[in-house]
Amino acid sequence: MRALRAVLVTLVVVFLLAPLVVIAVGSVNENRYLNFPPEGFSLSWYAQLFTDSGWQRSIRYSVTIAAISAALAVLIATPFAYVLRTYRIRLAPLLYTLGILPFMLPPIISALGMQVFWLSTGHVGRIENVIIAHAIFFSTLPLVTISLAMETMDQALPEAARTLGADQRTTFRTITLPLLIPSMVTGYAAAFVLSLNEYIISFLVAGFTVETLPVKIVNGLRYGFTPTIAAVAVVFIVIAATTFTLFAIFGNLMRFLGADPAILEKNR
Amino acid sequence: MSVREQPSGRTLGVLAFPVGMLLVFFLIPFGIMVATSFYHRDPGSFYRPAFELANWQRLFQPVFLERALFSIGICLLAGLVCIAIAFPFTYFLTRMRRRPHVILLVVVLSALSLSEVIVAFSWYILLGRASGISNILVWIGIMSESAAYQPSFAAVLLGLCYIAFPYCILTLYPQLTRLDPEITEAAQTLGASPWRTFWTVVVPIARPIIVAGFLLVFVFTLGSYIIAFFLGRPEHWTLSVFIADQASANANVPFAAAMAIFLTVLSLVVVGIVGLIESRTRRVT
Repeated sequence: MRALRAVLVTLVVVFLLAPLVVIAVGSVNENRYLNFPPEGFSLSWYAQLFTDSGWQRSIRYSVTIAAISAALAVLIATPFAYVLRTYRIRLAPLLYTLGILPFMLPPIISALGMQVFWLSTGHVGRIENVIIAHAIFFSTLPLVTISLAMETMDQALPEAARTLGADQRTTFRTITLPLLIPSMVTGYAAAFVLSLNEYIISFLVAGFTVETLPVKIVNGLRYGFTPTIAAVAVVFIVIAATTFTLFAIFGNLMRFLGADPAILEKNR
Repeated sequence: MSVREQPSGRTLGVLAFPVGMLLVFFLIPFGIMVATSFYHRDPGSFYRPAFELANWQRLFQPVFLERALFSIGICLLAGLVCIAIAFPFTYFLTRMRRRPHVILLVVVLSALSLSEVIVAFSWYILLGRASGISNILVWIGIMSESAAYQPSFAAVLLGLCYIAFPYCILTLYPQLTRLDPEITEAAQTLGASPWRTFWTVVVPIARPIIVAGFLLVFVFTLGSYIIAFFLGRPEHWTLSVFIADQASANANVPFAAAMAIFLTVLSLVVVGIVGLIESRTRRVT
């Protein structure tokens, strides 16, 4: 069993890391065509990310869409999660299902829905179309993180505020909202990262006018490989891995992913 | 938990924004899509409002049914492969000491945060002739000349497993950390080997979550687009690729809409089954 465990864990780690190694090597390969064994070392592909106007534009589109759509997603999710978890509402389960539905269904459904929607309004190919589409699709993530925080929140705190005479609004602003901020940040971060990576919705909603990074990468691959694509990928991975490592150092990554606190104590 | 209050009119007003957004930008688009599936396609000029069943009839032709069955088949297979590897892996992971445990979680999360586009692209290279795995094998001397493993069925399956694998681990993870070590210890005190304990104690206890994880991988891979598009030939395309292809390159939006509704129903059925399983496990534990 022990040998089996070592073999399985090693194979899985190699499998998960293999693509990362390829793109890391590809991104610093001097030769334009990725060949084996790699030849030379060059950072020029990274430089191109910051000088080439096409890549610059795509980076700007992607970051703008991710930043605004994630904020909009949190704005949609926060009142939703708060009201559904605080008050007695008969339709609550139905409304919650509506909130998680876009994300539960394959993204092509939202993509096509948004495509025909914007076609019917005549407002086509704009960046705001993609922002709204992403905000709706990814609002599920903050909805889930904030709802979980509402469930685990100590109810005595808002109740104490109410007893001491604070009205609903003041209680929400001074007690509940500050307690919800970590879950809002987590939800924002998740929506931001997934929006940066999303392809099919961006492509069908405004792929020909608003060329986001994933859309540009796919368009680029149709004409063959460019090491700049690998450089973009490396930048993405470094950002993600750093975020999670910081999370592991300063927060409790295991707890965040839903591990049972009792078991974690034993494994320490 | 205390008894919840009845909402006042003003609190319900707070719901207007989120519910309104979902209504306008999710339910209405979905409704338009349903309507579009009955529209008439003009080969020259896109499509126009009509009421005809041509697109739906096309769904039930053998060619399409074969494609649909292929998508369902390859995604079920991806679910099986994923769960067969992810379950023992996650089980071992939850029993590790803190440091390797956290490092492996960071590896899993890094793989999770890769864009599907990047995953498809790197496996395209890894499985290719010019600079892939086979070149390493040639270099070591195992193979005499390099070979291309994509586009192929196996390449699509591998890519689908790669994107679903981290999600699969994260679904199993919370439940497996809650598996009381005393249960497995008891089995081993009674003389069972670790291998036997795993098969006769751990797997049966975790059966509902194994089924749920399997179905989630199924729905997730059903939604994948780029993997099948890049790593497969058209005969390896999944429903999502066909829908996108009809909606963009072929410009038969009404038929794309009919297929999308078919895919929605299929996913909802699977998600419903997952929900049922989850509510049942919650009652047991």
